[in-house]
Amino acid sequence: MRVTFTVNGRPTEADDVWEGESLLYVLRERVGLPGSKNACEQGECGSCTVYLDGAPVCACLVAAGQVQDRAVGTVEGLADGDTLDPVQQAFVDAGAVQCGFCTPGLLVQTHDLLNRAHHPSDAEIREALSGNLCRCTGYEKIMDAVRLAAARKADARGTAPAGSEG
Amino acid sequence: MEFLRPATWEEALAVKAQHPSAVPIAGGTDVMVELNFDRRRPDALVDLNRIRELHEWRIEDDDTVRLGASVPYARIIEALHDRLPGLSLGARTVGSPQIRNRGSVGGNLGGASPAGDAHPPLLASGATVEAASVRGTRLIPIDDFYLGVKRNALEPDELIRAVHIPSATGPQQFAKIGTRNAMVIAVCSFAVALHPHTRDVRTGIGSAAPTPRRAREAEEFIRAELDESGLWTSGGELPRAAARRFGELVAGAAAPIDDVRGSAAYRRHALAVLARRTLLWTWNDHRATGRAAA
Ligand SMILES: Cc1cc2nc3c(=O)[nH]c(=O)nc-3n(C[C@H](O)[C@H](O)[C@H](O)COP(=O)(O)OP(=O)(O)OC[C@H]3O[C@@H](n4cnc5c(N)ncnc54)[C@H](O)[C@@H]3O)c2cc1C
Ligand code: FES
Ligand code: FES
Repeated sequence: MRVTFTVNGRPTEADDVWEGESLLYVLRERVGLPGSKNACEQGECGSCTVYLDGAPVCACLVAAGQVQDRAVGTVEGLADGDTLDPVQQAFVDAGAVQCGFCTPGLLVQTHDLLNRAHHPSDAEIREALSGNLCRCTGYEKIMDAVRLAAARKADARGTAPAGSEG
Repeated sequence: MEFLRPATWEEALAVKAQHPSAVPIAGGTDVMVELNFDRRRPDALVDLNRIRELHEWRIEDDDTVRLGASVPYARIIEALHDRLPGLSLGARTVGSPQIRNRGSVGGNLGGASPAGDAHPPLLASGATVEAASVRGTRLIPIDDFYLGVKRNALEPDELIRAVHIPSATGPQQFAKIGTRNAMVIAVCSFAVALHPHTRDVRTGIGSAAPTPRRAREAEEFIRAELDESGLWTSGGELPRAAARRFGELVAGAAAPIDDVRGSAAYRRHALAVLARRTLLWTWNDHRATGRAAA
């Protein structure tokens, strides 16, 4: 079947999609966006996290046909041209990337967290990232990266972390 | 395989009547795992995502929440935690944020896994499942919904349209045992709801029997205990011995098995502890807030 949807704002068509195929497979194998990673195909690892109509979901658990006429956002859509999103830049600067397999999912999930909570507590960060597994970093650098991204975004907005906005 | 995309509820019923073996897919968090791992190869999928009303909820005149089958857990937690505290607590323990953005109570009921986290709170609240087919609509009391391991009372041509859940009139609790705080299938779980207006206490046990079930003997015991000692009126402290006995009776109502997640003996022990604690929490909560408000 054919599936028509938008990815990162761009109208996209995927052909010869098998009816039981996942959105993750369509993104990686049919529309040339391999940023979202396939590590478990059962919702456990979060490395395939993408936005579906603005909410982060596991792309491996969305049937391709379900995204017909809907909007998908992937890690490839976070950067603005050559300028990384503050979340991406913070992951680089904090050394939160080792093998990098978990990174795309963590970036999308963190991006969503910081859109909703401007000054998340550590507990909120851990909760938001509880569905994203990383086998390399031990998570401390990831925590650092999220705190750094939150602080930089607050700076850019000119707000101090008073904890009242989140 | 066919991918069927009804745009309206009526169309969905017609499609299901024509293809009774077609598998409905809502959040997909159960269905897609089975497809990805080739555990299931249905002739057809029926996508329910396009049917708007399944994602909506409303409050009926009698204060019952009519929860559309596909409303994701994240929405329940956000919008209904006051009215449905037990279900919201259960919803908070489901998977991860990504899973809660897609997974739904309709899907939990459709799968009818004994470990599903929506089931114990639905049992404790006294919910009703609205099932429909081209033949008409049935309101199935939750007590009659679970028939066996992953088997429910739906006919092949039926779909779940909504779940009717009375708004809480007293404190509710849900507790779940697992190896970590997120992403765990319950080793066992327990929900309790106080219903002060009827002086009832209702329960739900998860992951400790072939189906989710109530602990009726425990409910009757604590109902009699509260009545006889006049505690609903006095608002007195619940005797610890009564809470302990309640816990034992809950454990006695379970029929757990040994499996990779835990032994039957552990499940029974844990249930007794969860039941005793959650009963005390709800009772103390009722004493502190419920009576003041009443
Ligand atoms: C990583 C991960 C973690 C999880 N953790 C938990 C957890 O902690 N607790 C828990 O309870 N569950 C958990 N689950 C299981 C799953 O998320 C839940 O069962 C969820 O409620 C399923 O909802 P869904 O909308 O995604 O269902 P789907 O996968 O779309 O459907 C599930 C079943 O219900 C049927 N169905 C769906 N909608 C209807 C309808 N309207 N009428 C009739 N049948 C219907 C489908 O045909 C299918 O059989 C987890 C799953 C994953 C992948
Ligand atoms: S690949 Fe989707 S959650 Fe692991
Ligand atoms: S960096 Fe390797 S899995 Fe996270």
